[in-house]
Amino acid sequence: MLTDMLLLLPTTLIDGLVLGLIYASIALGYTMVYGVLGLINFAHSEVFMVGAIVAIEVLIYGLAGTGLHPLIQLVVAIAVGGLAAGFLAVAIERVAYRPLRVRNAPRLVPLITTIGVSLFLQDSVRFVESLFGQFIRPFPSFPFFNRQIVLSETVFISNRTLAIIVLAVTLLAGLYYMVHRTRLGKAMRAVALDQKTSQLMGINVNKVIATTFFIGGVAGGVAGVLYALQFGRMDPFSGFIPGIKAFTAAVLGGIGSVEGAVLGGVLLGILEVVLGTYIPMWTNNAIGTEYKDIIAFSILILILIFRPNGLVGRAYAEKV
Amino acid sequence: MTIETTKGPLLEVRDLHVYYGHVQALKGISFHVNEGEIVTLIGGNGAGKTTTLHTLSKLLTPRSGEILLGGQPIHKIDADEIVRTGITHVPEGRRIFSRLTVRENLEIGAYLLTSKTEITRRIEASFELFPRLRERERQYGGTLSGGEQQMLAIARALMLDPRIILLDEPSMGLSPLFVEKIFEIIQSVNKSGKTVVLVEQNALMALEIAHRGYVLQSGHVVMGGDADLLAKDPSVQSAYLGGEIAAAL
Ligand SMILES: Nc1ncnc2c1ncn2[C@@H]1O[C@H](COP(=O)(O)OP(=O)(O)OP(=O)(O)O)[C@@H](O)[C@H]1O
Ligand SMILES: [Mg+2]
Repeated sequence: MLTDMLLLLPTTLIDGLVLGLIYASIALGYTMVYGVLGLINFAHSEVFMVGAIVAIEVLIYGLAGTGLHPLIQLVVAIAVGGLAAGFLAVAIERVAYRPLRVRNAPRLVPLITTIGVSLFLQDSVRFVESLFGQFIRPFPSFPFFNRQIVLSETVFISNRTLAIIVLAVTLLAGLYYMVHRTRLGKAMRAVALDQKTSQLMGINVNKVIATTFFIGGVAGGVAGVLYALQFGRMDPFSGFIPGIKAFTAAVLGGIGSVEGAVLGGVLLGILEVVLGTYIPMWTNNAIGTEYKDIIAFSILILILIFRPNGLVGRAYAEKV
Repeated sequence: MTIETTKGPLLEVRDLHVYYGHVQALKGISFHVNEGEIVTLIGGNGAGKTTTLHTLSKLLTPRSGEILLGGQPIHKIDADEIVRTGITHVPEGRRIFSRLTVRENLEIGAYLLTSKTEITRRIEASFELFPRLRERERQYGGTLSGGEQQMLAIARALMLDPRIILLDEPSMGLSPLFVEKIFEIIQSVNKSGKTVVLVEQNALMALEIAHRGYVLQSGHVVMGGDADLLAKDPSVQSAYLGGEIAAAL
């Protein structure tokens, strides 16, 4: 049995990494918005979902039969889905959150609004998709993505897995660079720390906040497309669970921190897949895969008890 | 937006009324600042000094009254646009971005500049002025001492090469030696051609370096004039300078 487990390990870790990178990409949207506004944007999981559904429609109605290489089709679909998600996030901020912000609403109010927007989007998408048929949208299948690259006798990696890893890592690296090295990123960090003083520096705070929503939305949308590619489908309600898990990942890493979101996301993804694979083996199927979340979240709670500010949380990094 | 030099005062405030909700903080304040001057606003706690500076920077919007820069009204401009008119603000309590490095704080001060080489040049210039900041270049702003933070706040406000610099209690919480240093810096900034509006509790020192001053009291300007005359005024002495200290002037 031990050899079985060892043989499975590389594939399990790779699958965990894929899921983790997707969580990380979603988590960025939560963490960036929380960073600048102190707001937990629960509608982010629906931004994720909309990105995926738009991409799927683009693949089905726009790109099918064009004969383009599947990778090019995927990249185009990601671009369109990501942009749609970005603009949706900006629209949500403009319509639902900013009016509360300028009126200095107590913190709980925008939080409730994010939940309202979340439910509103779920059923709006369900309504629209139902008009055209099934609201569960399968991701178009491409034999190309199923093709396996043989790394060793027991370790294979599919083109799908490889594509997701490369795209997600590119996205995360790009965002890290943006936040830490660019003028916009500096402005975002300044606004996160002190809005009034940022204005004194000539920073248009509303613009920076809108841009933050846009970038977080794009990342969420891209993550949605990758998630749909990995699991083969998306429906109006399937943003919720990965959304909650990505939010957990953001808190685990230390909310407000980009590095934390990545660390938390990858850790959670790997934990989930590894436990899902091995628990049934360890227990002779007495405890099934479905218990993976219970155990994964118990571990997270434990970690947070000992590091309440998250893995790279602020209280631990105050002096550098 | 560039402001033409005109014959009148560089900055003129006319009958400013400012509220926090229903609470009126400024009850019709008027004063002016000429180009090249240091003008100090003194007064006790809650007199309205910070409110006045916040209104000049448009962090607060006046309910009525006018603010003219070179004769042109600026009180309808948004806060982030005020900086472009050449007014920068060193806020009360310094307001350093604690989780940005010293260098990043300076870069944010130059946010409106786009030329990287120009930003680098100006950061070099502020390191010349404040050598201590160079030593702490890569440190988080929040880890600096109070005096160092005040230097950083001033350096940050100088990054855009402003025409007018607003300083809100730069001496607050600093040791006497450091206060001395900060006031020397303010004077040299002024000598380099910048107009200074200085808010201070430390009225004695403020009046010493200022050309003119105004005394604020519960949202009114109750007195104004040449700094040395104000310093000798008996009511100012008893209210803000303390009897014996002032007698030694
Ligand atoms: N955010 C606020 N909300 C309500 N009232 C305020 C607010 N800020 C200031 N005030 C009130 O406005 C008045 C002027 O305050 P301001 O901060 O301008 O005084 P100040 O002269 O700067 O005093 P200090 O020397 O203590 O800094 C005070 O009565 C104060 O209580
Ligand atoms: Mg004050």
